[in-house]
Amino acid sequence: MKGYAKYFGNKLVWFIITFIAAFLLNFFLPRMMPGDPVAAIVARMAQGQSNASGVQAIYKQYTELFGTNKPMLEQFFIYLKNVFHGDFGFSFSQYPRTVADVLRTSIWWTVCLQLPAIIVGFLIGNILGVLAAYLKGGYDKALMPLSIFVSGLPAFGMAIILLVIFGIILKWLPTSGGYGFDMIPNFSWAFIWSVIIHYQLPFWSIVLIAIGGWAIGMRSMSIYELNADYVKYSRFMGIKDSKIVRYVFRNAMLPQITGLALAIGTMVGGALVAEIIFSYPGLGTTLLSAIMGQDYPMISAATLIITIMVLIANFTLEILYGFIDPRIKAAQSD
Amino acid sequence: MKNTLQRVFHSGKFVIGFCIFTFIVLLAIVYPLFVRAAPLGIIGQGTFFPPGIYVNVYDSIGTTPYTLKLDDAAAKRIASKLSEDDRTAMQEWLVAAGIPEGEIDVTDTKKLLTQWENNYDPKKNIPGMTFAKTRYYQRLNTSLEGILSTEGAIIAAKNPGTGTLEQRDAAQQTDYVNVREVPNVRLLLLGTDNFGRDVTTELVSAIGTSLLIGLVAGLIATTIGLVLGLAAGYIGGRVDDVIMFFTNLFTVIPTFVLLILISFSIGQEKRGPLVIAVVIGLTSWVWTARAVRAQVTSLRNRDHVSLSKLSGHPVALIIFADILPYIASYVMMALILQISTAILAEAALSILGLGPKTTTTATLGLMMQWALIYMAPSLGKWWAYFPVIVVIALISFSLNLMNTGLDQVYNPALRE
Repeated sequence: MKGYAKYFGNKLVWFIITFIAAFLLNFFLPRMMPGDPVAAIVARMAQGQSNASGVQAIYKQYTELFGTNKPMLEQFFIYLKNVFHGDFGFSFSQYPRTVADVLRTSIWWTVCLQLPAIIVGFLIGNILGVLAAYLKGGYDKALMPLSIFVSGLPAFGMAIILLVIFGIILKWLPTSGGYGFDMIPNFSWAFIWSVIIHYQLPFWSIVLIAIGGWAIGMRSMSIYELNADYVKYSRFMGIKDSKIVRYVFRNAMLPQITGLALAIGTMVGGALVAEIIFSYPGLGTTLLSAIMGQDYPMISAATLIITIMVLIANFTLEILYGFIDPRIKAAQSD
Repeated sequence: MKNTLQRVFHSGKFVIGFCIFTFIVLLAIVYPLFVRAAPLGIIGQGTFFPPGIYVNVYDSIGTTPYTLKLDDAAAKRIASKLSEDDRTAMQEWLVAAGIPEGEIDVTDTKKLLTQWENNYDPKKNIPGMTFAKTRYYQRLNTSLEGILSTEGAIIAAKNPGTGTLEQRDAAQQTDYVNVREVPNVRLLLLGTDNFGRDVTTELVSAIGTSLLIGLVAGLIATTIGLVLGLAAGYIGGRVDDVIMFFTNLFTVIPTFVLLILISFSIGQEKRGPLVIAVVIGLTSWVWTARAVRAQVTSLRNRDHVSLSKLSGHPVALIIFADILPYIASYVMMALILQISTAILAEAALSILGLGPKTTTTATLGLMMQWALIYMAPSLGKWWAYFPVIVVIALISFSLNLMNTGLDQVYNPALRE
């Protein structure tokens, strides 16, 4: 048990360090933008207004409100305070709403879309990969180029292809939004059905992209494993092939889980862009509108939340991995 | 060296990938030599002209006509104005107006048109018909006028002296022009985009820019990764600790987030294609650094390296002669992979509105962004976005295929 405590403690310390680094980058990078963000917003708001002193007043009020006239360090503490209050300050483009107010709903759309999609894609991809290594021949020859092709496709490309085929040509599924545009979120069957229907295209475009990459990785892992001594020994023992494949699957799966922990950030990034294609009400679409509106508190918060989600996913996987494969824990606690 | 190349080119996967990639690169280089038009020149007034050959109408009037007696010409002419849907719609109207359904034959154009002429009344109010539908029938009726006429069309021009119209010429229904004799013909293989720019020319220029972005970003990332990996692996100790600290840090913080934050903080004005390439390169060295370090750490204590050290060789020589050759294949593969990732990263950034500044250059991502902003997918303007996706997919597919091929050559366990 001591080994586990040390392993988890180590992971937790890393989690905190990366979190702090990400937090600092998140605060400082957008604020290094040349020019005065408030001036840009005021200029946009004051379009067509001829009253110069009025514009001046708006500018002054906004700089006070957002604290952009204060020294960087003070701004940082204000930001820190806002984060701990859980509201992330005011949004520039959607003032007087707070950033947290805007992001609160979109987080759940993103989590509910991406978490299942990434897990399903991971599982299907790995199963296809181990089958390719085991069955070889025609199945392998067909699956491999297809996997390479699909894994090379960007998520938004897959999203547009699915959108055009199933949404526009066949008209089977709706093409945009998270639920029918004529609905207000509630707990009726009609609404839930609408959400499910709108879920399909974004979900499958993320899953299909993920499958290819995992299948390729799993195939190589499984080929290594299939040549391992224990497989040969099991064959001599007369153990059924289906059972051997299950052993191979479990062993080859281990490095794949580390792979998932490392790739999850990239996958989330790709999926965020796919969300934009479908105008899915998640973080991706919010991020796009924040970028268009030059709303840096919003960009800061959205990217921070994405980072935190990725860090948590990563941390969870590492912990899980420690349980699944005791060797890792042993190696780390030396 | 020669032997290695031979082995690499024996791999089917590598060769296929290499051919596709070379074809794309050659396209980007050769096409601009033949088509001198500015890639971003706005030629179309209007958005999304469909692909096809555009023949100047004015010039074709001036060209000497040839008479061709083709049997199906009249039928084609009518069909282009009177589609299947229109025929069924006409039938619906006639039935609603009280003609028995059995008497109407939608395939018999002549009979259908006479029935229509005799019965259609634009003022007649059919119960339950929407206003839009009524207007549709009115438009249809106007377009049908003169559809069965066998007369030619008269071409008239204004007399500059009197201001009256005078007949210049007459175009018979059997008149044809040879496209080669018309002085102004423009082939728009992929139509025009939302600004009226020729998509083909724009796409080729975008391929060039995107490949350049990929190459610059890939080289930067690989160089940083290689140097850091070598330093961490070979020197070890404190240096290793510091480098690995940052490497581990940036492995977990999503690259995508860093890209967004840095591109945003650079600001719209300064974001050129090269700046984007540098940013992508600076954020994607982590993997190479990790892998190079792992390999160098295991190489460092091999006999031939120790021997080299004992012989008093300088560090640079040891690295170049005893370490780099062992990891060269891996570094090459990492470079290929990074080129493809960088091209995809540029596209994703551009869709988010953080790509290179839009007016001066075309990149694959920017073309995607404009097509999406102008809703090309939902309008059915496939030529504005589909070729871009195909090109991105082909580039990335060919690079990945080359990588898999190399992997199989250098990794004996994966050989079939």
